[in-house]
Amino acid sequence: MESALGLHRFHFAFTVTFHYVFAQLSMGLALLIFILKTLGLRTGRDHYDRAARFWIRIFAITFAIGVVTGIPMEFQFGTNWSRFARAAGGVIGQTLAMEGVFAFFLESTFVGLLLFGEKRLSRKAHWAVSLLLWLGTWLSGYFILATNAWMQHPVGYTLQPGGQAQLESLWALLLNPWLGWMFLHNQFGTVVTAGFVMASIGAYYLLTGKHVEYGRTFVRLGVLAAGVASILMLIPTGDMQGQNIARHQPVTLAAMEGLFETQEGAPVAIVGQPDMEKLRLDNPLYIPRLLSFLTYRRWTAEVRGLDAFPRDQWPDQIPLLYYSYHIMVGLGTIFIAVSLVSFYKLWRKRLFESRRWLWALLLMAPFPFIANTAGWMTAELGRQPWLIYGVMRTGEGASFNVSSGNTLFTLIGFMGMYAVLSILFLYLSCREIDHGPEPAAKESAS
Amino acid sequence: METLWFCLVAFMITMYVLLDGFDLGAGAVHWLAARDEAGRRQILRSIGPVWDGNEVWLLAAGGTLYFAFPALYASSFSGFYLPLMIVLWLLILRGAAIEFRSHIRNAVWIPFWDAVFAGASALLAVFFGAALGNVVRGVPLDAEGHFFLPLWTNWTVGPEPGILDWYTVLTGVTALAALVHHGALWVALKTEDPVSSRARRLAGLFWYAVLGLTLVVTGVTFRVQPHIPQRLAEQPWGYVFAVLALGGLLWSLLQRRRGEDGGAFVGSCAYLAGMLASVAFGLYPYVLPSVSDPRTSLTIYNASTGAYGMRVALYWWIPGMILVAVYTWFTYKRFAGKVRLEEEGY
Repeated sequence: MESALGLHRFHFAFTVTFHYVFAQLSMGLALLIFILKTLGLRTGRDHYDRAARFWIRIFAITFAIGVVTGIPMEFQFGTNWSRFARAAGGVIGQTLAMEGVFAFFLESTFVGLLLFGEKRLSRKAHWAVSLLLWLGTWLSGYFILATNAWMQHPVGYTLQPGGQAQLESLWALLLNPWLGWMFLHNQFGTVVTAGFVMASIGAYYLLTGKHVEYGRTFVRLGVLAAGVASILMLIPTGDMQGQNIARHQPVTLAAMEGLFETQEGAPVAIVGQPDMEKLRLDNPLYIPRLLSFLTYRRWTAEVRGLDAFPRDQWPDQIPLLYYSYHIMVGLGTIFIAVSLVSFYKLWRKRLFESRRWLWALLLMAPFPFIANTAGWMTAELGRQPWLIYGVMRTGEGASFNVSSGNTLFTLIGFMGMYAVLSILFLYLSCREIDHGPEPAAKESAS
Repeated sequence: METLWFCLVAFMITMYVLLDGFDLGAGAVHWLAARDEAGRRQILRSIGPVWDGNEVWLLAAGGTLYFAFPALYASSFSGFYLPLMIVLWLLILRGAAIEFRSHIRNAVWIPFWDAVFAGASALLAVFFGAALGNVVRGVPLDAEGHFFLPLWTNWTVGPEPGILDWYTVLTGVTALAALVHHGALWVALKTEDPVSSRARRLAGLFWYAVLGLTLVVTGVTFRVQPHIPQRLAEQPWGYVFAVLALGGLLWSLLQRRRGEDGGAFVGSCAYLAGMLASVAFGLYPYVLPSVSDPRTSLTIYNASTGAYGMRVALYWWIPGMILVAVYTWFTYKRFAGKVRLEEEGY
């Protein structure tokens, strides 16, 4: 049974991680495309409409993979987590169904119009389509995060004698105190991804001397969007999300920070490796007292370490959780630093000439994906050992009627399928990038 | 309230079959209906702006089923694990084929994706039909409401059935014929000659297959699931759905012979809706009958969520569906009429 559970967990983790690579880029690009369409409408310059058309082509490939890899996510609640589905379906089924009814229909309608409708629609109508598509993708994110927020911090339900949760208040579910900051934090994360991807492609154009006009637009818009979003990810959203964890999941906080012992004036570990045998942090590099201040706004406050909690409450993958959290925070700090330097260079009008800095921006593209993935791993590993925090343990939620052999079979199937999708995505988007936004690229479009 | 949500979920599944049904069918016949690249592009263009929205009905229906009948969702999705995963892979391949085929114009890339598109579409139709067959036949539910079916066992309808047995293969083939007929009528409606007239001829051929298979499947179903004739005997008004199905099928024949592609397509919609409504009516109040012990069957009562959840969901479901109707009307109006290839592009 142990190995079946492990496979179900890895099955979901693998498919959702892959899906979210594309979902985050779609959500972020939807906003940036809307900004480009707005610039086009306000300035009347064809330049911005062409720039938007280029990104719409990239968006189309990304969105298609996001859609086809998203369908398995909803299915897997039933296929791989049937006991959880039975217990929680009455509550989180609501948000998943609302996502389908409100967000997916909106997205699918307007993505078609955005792709195929530019010639049939007026300029203003096409702009409105890009607005609605942006709203649709973010609304989709909202409902999924409402689902996740309920698993992190269940509210608005009653437990039936058979262990089934029944909804008691839809408003409580949709306005979960966990949800607001997490949603904003997550959405800014998508903007960081799209912004750095845009800046990276812009930098590529400037460095290779192709499509230079567009390269400047992409670098400027990309670093502005990514910079503003990465600052907002730290303050206020990341900070407030940390407060939520400290209040509602204190054992998670201790595990994320690698704090084994309860102490006053607790430090933040910048690096170090959790040693689960000796229950300490090896090779640590500390900033003294910072954790106490961040958590309670007092330098000397007591922060509970892992020793304050019974062992069966500890997250079951503490080192992985610790590394995920530290990778997220470390990369977030780098994003802010890179953005601030870029802002300065933009202000001094030196950014487009500075080849070395353009190289740095070019190489930034993969890191926001890593940071967002690490952030989600922090949230999900931090929730362990609970599937519904404090209510249902992860080990109780899987489909026990599906054997480990069958799970391994479909896991391998998804891995193969997704390997093919990755290759297709890279190949097709590199082709689009190579063609660039110029009208000459038209013959390849369809 | 349980009955209402049963009807609403049945409605959403029916919408899925009517809408995604035509693009699945169009995919399955596109090799037969169009012999050259221009023809195939016409067919793809006829579903290009709508197929994604059509597929959303599957997700929306799944989500609605999930919250209204969580025990059914949990039991059936885990029990039908393997075929559902295969359905997911087929949906992924098919989506990739539609989106990516036209990115590169060459003699290897395009035929490859066309074959994937046709194969995945046809297999999906078969799997959906077989899924319905499984629900009608019933599954070996244990006392906790769980089961797990292998893909096949001994191909017979017995106490230890597989996903595929002679009955569910028959329902799968019927679904394929019905959706190919449906899709061919859509292609005839949306494209220009020669594709249009080829599709019309194919629809004519498949019409006979649909009629024959429908009669056989109906007869067999009455024996496989005796609850259905029993329900009809108790409440004979349920025959109205059967009349709708047969009337729709005949109407589609008459309209097609008069060259009215739109009317023929509407007839096919009525046929599909009538068939699905007949099944829903016949199974009610069961949602997943048990073949082992009738007391372990899942019904709308023992599989549903609490009263508050069902009541409050109406407050968002109804406005949501009105919005969906507006989007759908808007999209189909924007892309109304025959496909014109020169208007392509993004």
